[in-house]
Amino acid sequence: MGLKQNLHNLKEKYKGTKMAPAFNALHTFLYLPNDTTHNGTHIKAADDLKRTMNTVILALIPCLIFGMFNAGYQHYLATGEIHAVSAGFFSPEFWSLDNLLLGAMKILPLVVVSYAVGLGVEFIFAIVKGHEVEEGYLVSGMLIPLIVPVDTPLWMLAIAVIFGVVIGKEVFGGTGMNILNPALTVRAFLFFSYSTWMTGDKVWVTGAVERAKEIAGGAKLDAISGETILGGLAQGKELTYSVMDQFLGFIPGSVGETSTLLILLAGLFLIFTKIGSWRIMLSAVLGSLAMGYIFNMIAPSMDGTKFYALMNLEFWQHLLVGGLAFGIVFMATDPVTAAQTNKGKWIYGFLIGFMSVMIRVFNPAFPEGVMLAILLMNVFAPTIDHYVIQGNVKKRLKRLKVKTA
Amino acid sequence: MGLSKKHKGLLLDPLADKNPITVQVLGICSALAITAQLKPSIIMAISVMFVLAMGNVVISLLRNVIPSKIRIIVQLVVVAALVIVVDQVLKAYAYELSKTLSVFVGLIITNCIIMGRFEAFALANKPWPSFLDAIGNSAGYGLLLIVVAFFRELLGSGSILGYKVFGDAIEKTGLYSIGYENNGFMMLAPMALIVVGIIIWIQRSKNPALIED
Repeated sequence: MGLKQNLHNLKEKYKGTKMAPAFNALHTFLYLPNDTTHNGTHIKAADDLKRTMNTVILALIPCLIFGMFNAGYQHYLATGEIHAVSAGFFSPEFWSLDNLLLGAMKILPLVVVSYAVGLGVEFIFAIVKGHEVEEGYLVSGMLIPLIVPVDTPLWMLAIAVIFGVVIGKEVFGGTGMNILNPALTVRAFLFFSYSTWMTGDKVWVTGAVERAKEIAGGAKLDAISGETILGGLAQGKELTYSVMDQFLGFIPGSVGETSTLLILLAGLFLIFTKIGSWRIMLSAVLGSLAMGYIFNMIAPSMDGTKFYALMNLEFWQHLLVGGLAFGIVFMATDPVTAAQTNKGKWIYGFLIGFMSVMIRVFNPAFPEGVMLAILLMNVFAPTIDHYVIQGNVKKRLKRLKVKTA
Repeated sequence: MGLSKKHKGLLLDPLADKNPITVQVLGICSALAITAQLKPSIIMAISVMFVLAMGNVVISLLRNVIPSKIRIIVQLVVVAALVIVVDQVLKAYAYELSKTLSVFVGLIITNCIIMGRFEAFALANKPWPSFLDAIGNSAGYGLLLIVVAFFRELLGSGSILGYKVFGDAIEKTGLYSIGYENNGFMMLAPMALIVVGIIIWIQRSKNPALIED
């Protein structure tokens, strides 16, 4: 018993006071409570909201661990201390303790800050507003460190998390009421507030900014260049990473977004556990392929313009580079902000994929469009649902008229 | 001051419980557009106060002779004339600022607060109360402009009225030497909307009577 009993006693002690939600949340997060509801009809099911959230976190763990190795790998590769991967997915150059240590040192603080600040805000709001602490932040807190560049300063992350949780979620009434995906709101805030830390060739490989400062200070070192593939292509550079590297994830990028393989597995896991909507994932993939294909078709006529390099990228390769795959699997499928109707999910997903690639190609200054595409479609999701439902109502009314006539 | 209670209300209510921006949600466009810096906001607030006060008095004096069918056109003529005066004065004495404010001085004509007060107040009241009402409303508008601009300039540019509060961002002195950076989002109009939203949120949680269903 021990801890569980103590938590239970604490909860009992603070019952009815302002602090009650905080203790209740701690208790039910760690243990199943002893007491059950006594009155009213209620259905007991194993997959409550906490279980749902934990399943998504499980799916995110491989991306997190891969991200740690990758952060170290990209750093040591850029400084020339190790060679590029040679033996496929299980290359020893990649899975080394050095890589993990460096990556963990950089990424664990991001995770800690994200959870501490985000949950802090949630607890404060729960206490002030007098409701139970909601589970929504469990997943957001893990998503946020995975979608930012590895060198993001912690204080910026903290401010962005406060903004994302308060403006993205709490002002609408908390978990389940939000219009925008809170994790993406955090990223959008960082993106527009501190764009020098979110784009360019200095932020994707850890240590690049410090190295640039040392060089500016007169040190005789090679600059670390860590451009993402999209960033490079937007400036018309040649692609230096093989397709296999892109698929397996040995490329620079936000912490958890690089490995398409692991994201694909996580996506299948979410579909299998029925947590994520396969309709959204599939239609988003189709949407991005469609837009990519259209661009491929018209690319020859755009030769020489600044859009050419990205337009000419093989249409399926859009899924391998940047955060598109991560966004489709983990962000677009957020059950709160996505469309709710089945037909709506197809439209919603398709447009996310379609717009992501469009924004990528037409905005070379900020070459990643997934975030903006998903936020935009978050806003449109209720409209899509409205028309799908109205369409259905009309169809049924017609049927009714035929019968009565 | 020898103001009656009613007159005091005309002057003070628009500062808080009848604030044109946060309660009536009028004049938002200019509040978003020119509040990136404090100085243009102050100039804007004074300009609007001048136009509204003069306009309200003029309309109130003319209220019995304006045919109601063409009253909007008459109101527009009055505002347009006053705005041109403001614009010319700014161009003559504060050219740099008038360039910063650019089209927004001219757009005072379309500021909903001005036409709103003409329609709702000046057309039905005597000049003195109309004057007080104008001063009150434009002060409420200006107050909010200044509060929003204060936060936007402080967090977005790290300065207040051009004075660098946090040190130099380029030379990396003061707060910038330990890694602080200005928030670029504050310089964009969406953040102004969010700041106004937060002020509305705070105001309504202090005074629940303002919450509409």
